[in-house]
Amino acid sequence: MAQTLYDKVWNAHIVEQLGEDTLLYIDRHLIHEVTTPQAFAGLNENNRKVRRPDLTFGTMDHSISTRSLALDACGPQNKLQLQTLADNCAAHNIQLYPVGHKNQGIVHVIGPQLGLIHPGMTVVCGDSHTATHGAFGALAFGIGTSQVEHVLATQTLKQSKAKSMQIEVAGKLPIGVTAKDIILAIIGKIGHAGATGYVIEYCGEAISDLSMEQRMTICNMSIEAGAKAGLISPDQKTIDYLKDKDFAPSNAYWNDAVSYWQSLTSDADAIFDTVVTLQAKDIQPQITWGTNPGQVIGINQAIPSPDDFDDPIEKESAVKALKYMGLEAGQTWDNVNISHVFIGSCTNSRIEDLRAAAKVAASGKVKSHITAIVVPGSVAVKEQAEKEALDVIFKAAGFEWRLPGCSMCLGMNDDVLQPGDRCASTSNRNFEGRQGRGSRTHLVSPEMAVAAALTGSFADSRQFGE
Amino acid sequence: MTGFTELSGKAAPLDQANIDTDQIIPKQFLTGVTRSGYGKHLFHDWRYLDLHEQELNPEFTLTQEKHKGANVLLSRENFGCGSSREHAPWALADFGFGCIIATSLADIFYSNCINNQLLPIALSSNIMDDLFEHVASNPDVIFHIDLPNQTVKVGESSYKFEIAQHHKQNMIKGLDAIGQTLDFNKSISAFEKKRAAWL
Repeated sequence: MAQTLYDKVWNAHIVEQLGEDTLLYIDRHLIHEVTTPQAFAGLNENNRKVRRPDLTFGTMDHSISTRSLALDACGPQNKLQLQTLADNCAAHNIQLYPVGHKNQGIVHVIGPQLGLIHPGMTVVCGDSHTATHGAFGALAFGIGTSQVEHVLATQTLKQSKAKSMQIEVAGKLPIGVTAKDIILAIIGKIGHAGATGYVIEYCGEAISDLSMEQRMTICNMSIEAGAKAGLISPDQKTIDYLKDKDFAPSNAYWNDAVSYWQSLTSDADAIFDTVVTLQAKDIQPQITWGTNPGQVIGINQAIPSPDDFDDPIEKESAVKALKYMGLEAGQTWDNVNISHVFIGSCTNSRIEDLRAAAKVAASGKVKSHITAIVVPGSVAVKEQAEKEALDVIFKAAGFEWRLPGCSMCLGMNDDVLQPGDRCASTSNRNFEGRQGRGSRTHLVSPEMAVAAALTGSFADSRQFGE
Repeated sequence: MTGFTELSGKAAPLDQANIDTDQIIPKQFLTGVTRSGYGKHLFHDWRYLDLHEQELNPEFTLTQEKHKGANVLLSRENFGCGSSREHAPWALADFGFGCIIATSLADIFYSNCINNQLLPIALSSNIMDDLFEHVASNPDVIFHIDLPNQTVKVGESSYKFEIAQHHKQNMIKGLDAIGQTLDFNKSISAFEKKRAAWL
């Protein structure tokens, strides 16, 4: 029977079929400080060991300072949590990349960068943006702390199989439109819960044309449409990306691995439960106007009115969102003034993101009343950017250049907005209070975030730079 | 963990779609290293007028006298979306909820509820309308949740709900999921022997 990529990866990891449930083997377990202390405590209470410390990798990212390498820079609670992770990793022989280590960074940035993620793997992490790793054709999804404990103890998870959704982005993307715009446009089309219960496979010319880092941006936000995971079939770009990475297969196994990876495509006659198609040429730079990522429009569109929505629940959500966001129906983006810009997060903090942002930043200056920060996704990204003098461009334009971490995406450190602050953010969630109580978040691409910093309101990034 | 079979009590109505886990428990409360004590921070931004949780917001459903003591929470589409933080079900359970009934629930949140003996129930939007209506006309109306029979009863009405059998059994028996899986140790070891050499 014809199989999807999801079927193939799933079938290759079945340990036991238990009625409608499947015990799946997990190839890679990524851990961080926020969602693991209770899992390790559970293991310890039951005298259980970590089954495969060699398949488990830890980093510090969520609650660390972006101004200082000191663990207590964000207070005693954060320090305790970070120290607990270090102690647990030491006690269970798990490789940890703590603050100050050359491999430290946002968990979903360092995994790919180190070559920890291969096509066809199953990957989990106590973080909903684990879907990022689907860019390699790995089945990667976020889990809760009880499941983290389960994976630590057994290297498996009990799962029910999700439905399959194919999303094709057909044709060529217009110049100056980014991977972030594609995924926001997709979420806008199918809705914030449009893929709940599904695993998405992204395909089409516009997806194949993307670099590996851009594909990570796409898969990263699969959860914002409710999807369990997002996958992209591996191709030559995937193979080239992995070659010579620290944890890529060694030379002795490289050819075997590559030939397996090349088998990881959906069969031509595979049937998906749902198929969605977007035309790449129709996608404009996107901005969210509301309080979930599905409330999104193009830069050339005016803020919608609740009356534009037929569904009573969507209408009600729009009323609430406009009120919270301090926006009016019909308002145009050049009239929406911002106070902050955040460039970073597991969605958009990789070297290509920073290069694209720097290109726009080189053409102007951040408005004096705006606080704009750039937070590289990892130590390696930061060092590469500094090698290319991108930090010089950012600082000259008026941006602050920070240390790697999750930072203002969720504000578990001191990078927090105040009530009424309005932020152009390259992160992934515009929920109420996400970046600080009462703050207002607009999700955009790195280029659009810089364009907003330079104009003080929102502008089409295609008018800047070259 | 003790099992879950039945639950009876009042229901608090949060008549809103897309309630995300950042609303259920904001990030500043995720720095703990234990599973307990999150209930007082539940819905912090909506429930309190100040940052220090001194002043309750009288407008918010859960602070209203008529909904005090509710152990069932009603909501709409996509409840629990967003972050995978298990602190969300920990906070809901610690506050006193034993059951969440919504039009739909996000995947990770749903699993997290099951793993914490907090029963997640999805019912159609028409039925949710009925349930909200029941509470609107009588905030003291008692909901009876029967997991073995998969029913929600309120007044004269009874509604059937779906739940996967393994979730149901784990909830009812309060089983240790890890202990169950460890019984398959042989199969796991056998699987590990077959894994590709480069992994």
